[in-house]
Amino acid sequence: MKTMKLSKTSRKNFLTYALVILAFVILQALAAAGTLSSMLRGLLVPICAYVVMAVSLNLTVGVLGELSLGHAGFMSVGAFMGVTTAISLQNAIPSAELRLVCALLVGAVFAGIVGFLVGIPVLRLNGDYLAIVTLAFGEIIKSIFNNLYLGLDSHGFHLSLLDNKLHMEDGGRLIIGGPMGIGGIQKIANFATGFALIMVCLIIIFNLVGSRAGRAIMAIRDNRIAAESVGIPITKYKMMAFVTSAAMAGAAGALFALNFSTIVANKFDFNTSILVLVFVVLGGLGNMLGSIVAAAALTILPEALRQFADYRMLVYAIVLILVMLIRNNPTIRSFLERFRLSRKGGAA
Amino acid sequence: MKKALSLILALAMVLALAACGSKSGETETTPAPDNTPAVEADSLTFKLGGTGPLTGGAAIYGTAVKNAAELAVEEINAMSGVHFELNFQDDAHDAEKAVNAYNTLKDWGMQISLGSVTSKPAEATSAENYADRIFALTPSASSVATTAGKDNVFQMCFTDPNQGSASAQYIADKGLATKVAVIWKNDDVYSKGIYDTFMAAAPGLGLEIVSDTTFADGSDTDFSVQVADAQSKGAELVFLPMYYTPASLIFAQAKATGYAPTWFGVDGMDGILTLEGFDTALAEGVILLTPFNADSDDARTQAFVEKYQEKYGEIPNQFAADAYDCVYAYKQALEAAGCTADMSNEELNDAMIAQFTSMTFDGLTGAGMTWGTDGAVSKSPKGMIIQNGAYVGLD
Repeated sequence: MKTMKLSKTSRKNFLTYALVILAFVILQALAAAGTLSSMLRGLLVPICAYVVMAVSLNLTVGVLGELSLGHAGFMSVGAFMGVTTAISLQNAIPSAELRLVCALLVGAVFAGIVGFLVGIPVLRLNGDYLAIVTLAFGEIIKSIFNNLYLGLDSHGFHLSLLDNKLHMEDGGRLIIGGPMGIGGIQKIANFATGFALIMVCLIIIFNLVGSRAGRAIMAIRDNRIAAESVGIPITKYKMMAFVTSAAMAGAAGALFALNFSTIVANKFDFNTSILVLVFVVLGGLGNMLGSIVAAAALTILPEALRQFADYRMLVYAIVLILVMLIRNNPTIRSFLERFRLSRKGGAA
Repeated sequence: MKKALSLILALAMVLALAACGSKSGETETTPAPDNTPAVEADSLTFKLGGTGPLTGGAAIYGTAVKNAAELAVEEINAMSGVHFELNFQDDAHDAEKAVNAYNTLKDWGMQISLGSVTSKPAEATSAENYADRIFALTPSASSVATTAGKDNVFQMCFTDPNQGSASAQYIADKGLATKVAVIWKNDDVYSKGIYDTFMAAAPGLGLEIVSDTTFADGSDTDFSVQVADAQSKGAELVFLPMYYTPASLIFAQAKATGYAPTWFGVDGMDGILTLEGFDTALAEGVILLTPFNADSDDARTQAFVEKYQEKYGEIPNQFAADAYDCVYAYKQALEAAGCTADMSNEELNDAMIAQFTSMTFDGLTGAGMTWGTDGAVSKSPKGMIIQNGAYVGLD
């Protein structure tokens, strides 16, 4: 009964860590034993990326309480910058693992910077207005990468917008090719790094939420005027949560992109932002474990439904509606509540 | 309550994972007919997989490929010799989903592959094909990146750049013109790829480029400047490496100014006659280079078009014809190499590489096709001219 001394949140946090580690160990064991299907093995890294996307968006939506519809934009920044880093370092750092870590860090830093810049105008707004502006920023980031040309030769980087005017010397490599995105990426992302990234993000989020800053952020969510009246600097704490969330999305984007041999800006459009928001809403606002489970389940679901052939996406939508309904059904909620109470009573 | 729910969801996830692990997606298969001898069916039935957009904006291409491949498989399974079991998965024109679909096909036991229908997804799946040593012959992914650096990925269609040099060659060979104008779209990969190689090939063939004008997305409604430039410089032929929508406007605006050069298009022009609200009289005399013509007199093409129309209710396009050719090319290669279905993927892969780089194949989209070691096809494009609102073969 020692664990009872821990606070309710701490217990919840440790349960989340434990379950993520358990899932990782089981999946690694299955993969090592060769019993995991190719389909699932191929999904492991994307699941990790989507899980990080979901928990990072949950920080903005669930903890900070602001609806962001442009989260895929930060993923895009991380993806493009991360892959550029990985390609540039191909000769300098022979170890793929180290290059991957560099790519994730650079992706996170750039996404964090973009998050900061976006945050300056955006975080002056509230509620619906903020949601619409983040949506617009997501589209702007997509447009920029669709028109950006970046090349590398012995003179260093060459950059041009709208048109390929790089004037590179022979042997130079075009990294970002406008609407063609990046091609010929070495697939260096792996499940273990994805798992490590999830753990790092969870540690950051749980510690931030549990800290003084986290309480200030939640105070802003619960009542902005009251928080302001007791002297909490609103913009500072909003920015803290927003930039942290953007940086994590950047790392997720880099991980995601390095798992495929090609990546285009159009992948990170409005639909991807909404998809991540669905993970968060389904998992529960502020509930990190819920986000993780929802992201994993909803990434696997469309692939697992391939047997329905032409009706696949229809079945997916129906399953989504049913899960949302069940999740919000008062009867089921109260049943679960009773279940929890009775168990607690038994334990005490 | 959240904890309990999370536990249940976590449990559900583990169960879902376990369930997925043991399941293999067996969908949309076209099994060999029952009347064939069992022994033969077992040892000569190959599992053929492919991905393409069956949903979303590019679904028209994926559906055409799937339909034509099904048709070819049905025909081949009714003959003696090798048989196929086809499994075609949706990738929604998305690289991520294409890789997922590819992995599903791998679980199903795919031995040879039709790659992916569209270029970007094909780039992603061909990297997997290369890593897993599963041979791929894509009907329609035309980008160079699809095959670059992969010894076991081959194309049935022209690469984008090839069309440019082939067009220049064709114009010079047929003596269509010496003074040529080019109007192209400078923010489009397809248009730029063709333009670059056309410009590289033209001077060596005695073609003089008198006018070279561009347009881009958003400025593609008014072509009066481009048309006037070509007209004032006295171009006899205008080369249009673009899709048919802007081309239709160019025809209309040139007609308004009384300019009537020879218009020359590439395979993106295929489809202009079915464009809604387009006056087909404007396209009269337009020449285009495309590997397939549904109105051809060729008996095999006519039989294919008739069967396709009967089964799916529409006239097959170039994508369908390429897919149909792919399946027949596989039949020819597998039979010539004497492959059996119990061979491993690596053995099949090596046999197919050897066959495709050495064999000659006659199909709907060209006679005497050969493949280079880089996976690009070499076939002579067919010149078509639009007469009385229909495509007519020039040769």
